[in-house]
Amino acid sequence: MELLAFGKTGWGDELFYATLMTIAVSVTAMLVGFFFALIFTPLKLSKYKSLNLIGNFYTTVIRGVPELLVIYLFFFGGSGAIMYVASIFGYFEYIEINAFITGSMAIGIISGAYSTEVFRGAIQSIDKGQFEAAKVLGVSKFAQFYKIILPQMLRLAIPNLSNVWQITLKDTSLISVTGLVEIMRQSYIAAGSTRDPLFFYSFAAVLYLLLTYLSMKLINKLEVKYSKGY
Amino acid sequence: MNKLKIFGMGIIISLFLSITSNAETIKIGTEGAYPPWNSKDASGNLIGFEVELANELCAIMKAECTIVEQDWDGMIPALLMRKFDAIMAGMSITAERQKTITFSQGYADEVASLAVMKGSSLEGMDTPEGINLSLGGGVVKKALKTLTGALAGKTVCVQTATIHQNFLDSGDVGKVNVRTYKTQDEVNLDLASGRCDAALAAAVAFTDYAEKSGKAVVLVGPTFSGGAFGNGVGVGIRQGGDDTIGKRDAKLLQDFNKAIDKARKQGIISKLAIKHFGFDASM
Amino acid sequence: MDLDLMINSIPKLLSATVITLKLLSASLFFGLFMGLLFAILRMNKNIFINKFAYGYSYVFRGTPLLVQIFIIYFGLGQIEYLRSTFLWVILKEPYWCAIIAFTLNTGAYTSEILRSAFQTIKPGIIEAGKSLGISNNIIFYKIQIPIAIRQSLPAYGNEIILMMKGTSLASTVTLMDLTGVAKYIISTTFKPIEVFIVAGGIYLFMTFLIHNLIKYLEKKYSF
Repeated sequence: MELLAFGKTGWGDELFYATLMTIAVSVTAMLVGFFFALIFTPLKLSKYKSLNLIGNFYTTVIRGVPELLVIYLFFFGGSGAIMYVASIFGYFEYIEINAFITGSMAIGIISGAYSTEVFRGAIQSIDKGQFEAAKVLGVSKFAQFYKIILPQMLRLAIPNLSNVWQITLKDTSLISVTGLVEIMRQSYIAAGSTRDPLFFYSFAAVLYLLLTYLSMKLINKLEVKYSKGY
Repeated sequence: MNKLKIFGMGIIISLFLSITSNAETIKIGTEGAYPPWNSKDASGNLIGFEVELANELCAIMKAECTIVEQDWDGMIPALLMRKFDAIMAGMSITAERQKTITFSQGYADEVASLAVMKGSSLEGMDTPEGINLSLGGGVVKKALKTLTGALAGKTVCVQTATIHQNFLDSGDVGKVNVRTYKTQDEVNLDLASGRCDAALAAAVAFTDYAEKSGKAVVLVGPTFSGGAFGNGVGVGIRQGGDDTIGKRDAKLLQDFNKAIDKARKQGIISKLAIKHFGFDASM
Repeated sequence: MDLDLMINSIPKLLSATVITLKLLSASLFFGLFMGLLFAILRMNKNIFINKFAYGYSYVFRGTPLLVQIFIIYFGLGQIEYLRSTFLWVILKEPYWCAIIAFTLNTGAYTSEILRSAFQTIKPGIIEAGKSLGISNNIIFYKIQIPIAIRQSLPAYGNEIILMMKGTSLASTVTLMDLTGVAKYIISTTFKPIEVFIVAGGIYLFMTFLIHNLIKYLEKKYSF
C-alpha cells in the first residue's frame, strides 16, 4: 500500500493528478462532442439529401472505425493539418498543439458521433405537435429550435447521453498512446518503474470503476431534476 | 445560447494560447526510456548520456535548450510537426530515416546484440565477437548462417521502429517470429518472463537492464554494427528548405556539427561516454 | 494524396485483417457462451450468485478494454507462480491473452443484452407454455432462449461492431492486426491520412457486412 503514498516515494499523488486529467479530458471531449452534435444533428434531419449525406458520413465513419485509428490520425496528422490551415492565412511560424487539446479533440469527435445519434433519436421522438406549436408562436426559427425543442430534447436524451459519457470516459484511456498523462498513462509509467504492472493496472481499473460509479450517481440526480414537471 | 458562444470562444482562445512560437530556444526531443543513452530518475527528470551531452553542446552553441520527452514511435513525426527541433534519442543514422530527416555527424556509436535469459538453448553460439554488416565477406556470411539456424522459428522481441527491427525484418537471419513493443522496457519485461526466446537491442541497454533489475540476462552471439544498424547515432534534424523555417533548420544542422566537432576535440564526448557506458563509445 | 502508397498498402492491410477476423470470431464465439451463462446466473434466485454475476458485468463494462487487456497480458505475466503452471502455455501468447480479455468483455455486454431480452418476453407466452403442460426446462430452452435471441439481434449486432473495433486494441500487446499494421505503415511513411482511408475503409466495409447480416437474420427469424 505504500506504493500509493502521496509524496516522493509513493505514486498516490501522480495517480491523483492523472485522475483529474482523465476527468478533464472526458468533460472537454464530451463538450466538444456536443458542439459537433449540434452541427451534425440538424444536417442529418435536414430535408436536403446532400446535407443528410454529410451528417450520415460523419456518424457512420466515426462510429465504424476503431477509436485507436482516429487517435493515430490526429496524433500523426493533427498538427500538420492545423499548420497547413494556418499557412493559408500566412502564418508560417511553428505551431505546437499540446497533447491535451489533441487528445480532447480526438475523443471529442468520436463522442460527438454518438451524441449526434442520441440527439437525433431524441428529437425524432418529440411529439410532432410541439414543432407545429413552436412555428405557430411566430418566433424565429432559431428560437424555435433552441428555446422550445432543445430543452425537451435534452430531457429525453439524458439516459442515452449517460451511455455516451461512459463511452467517452473509457475512451480517454486510449489517448495514453499519445503520451498525455491520464490514468492509463500514469499507471503505465508507475508499472514500468516499479515493475509491478498487476498492482497498478488493477488500481487503474478501480479508479475507472470509481469514476463510473460517481458519474451514475450524478447523472441520476440530473435525470430527476430534468423530469420535474412531467 | 450564450453559454454556447462563451464555450466556443473558450475553445478558440485555448487553441491560440497553446500556439507557442519558437525563437531563441532550441527544443531537443528525447525518449527518456533507453538507458544509458537517456532515461528518467526517480523524480521523473530526464537524465543520461544524451541529456548531458545536449547541455554541453548547447553551452558550446551559446543557445538555450529545453529537453522534451517524446514516445519513441512518435519521435520523427513529432520532429516534423515541430514539437521540437532536434532529436537526441539514441537514433542511429540510417538511409531509411534520411529519406525524411537529416542527421548531424555521428557523436557516439552503439553495437547491438542478442540477449537471452541464462540457461537458454541459444547460449554458446559459435560466432565471432562482432560482425560489421557493411563490410560483408565470408566471416559475416558464416555468422549470419549460424544465427539463422539458431533463431529459426524462435520468437525475438525488439522495440518498434528501430534498426533492430529492420535487421530482423531484412531476412538476413531468415524467418524469425518478430514481436515489436512500444518501449525497450516492455521488451525487457517479456524477455524476463519467458515470452521471448531472445531480444535484440543495443548491447548496453541489456547490460544496463541486467545490472538494475538483477535478472539473469546474458548477451549471446556476435555484436552487430553497420548495414541495417546504420552508421552511429547523430542528432536528427528536419531537412532544410528555402522558407524561413527551412533556413533555420539548415543553420541548426551546421551549428550542431560545429558544436560536436568542438566537443569531440575537447574530449567532452569521450568523457561522458565513459561515464555512462563504461567505455569510450564516442565517434 | 499518395495513391501509390494506398494501393501498395492494401495487401499488407488485408492480410492483417485476417488476424482481426480471427480475434473477432473467437471472442464472439466464447463470449456468447459467457453472456448466456451470466445472463442465466443473473436471473438466479440465490442472492450470492445474482450479485456475483452483477459484479462481473459491472466491472467489465465499467472499465476500459485497454485496462483489461493490460491486466491479463502484463499483469498475469508478472506472477511467477502462474509461469510455472500449464496455464502459462496459453497466457504466454499475446493472441490468447487478447482473446481472453475480449471474451470477458463481450461476455459482460452480451449478458446484459440477453438479460434485458429475457425480461421483455411477455409473461403471457410463458404462462401459455405452462398451461399446455410443458416443463419449465423445455419452456426455457425451446421458448425463452430463441425469443430472447431474436429480441437481442439489433443490440447484439451493435455489440459485434463494438467488438470488431475492440480488436484494434490487440495492437497494444504486440499483435499485428489491421490497426497494428496501419500504425506501422503510418509511422514509417508519415502519411496518416492515406493509411487511415484504406484501413478505415476496410473496417467500414466489415461494419457494412455485419450490419446487413444482422438485418437479414432479423427478417429471417421474425414472427
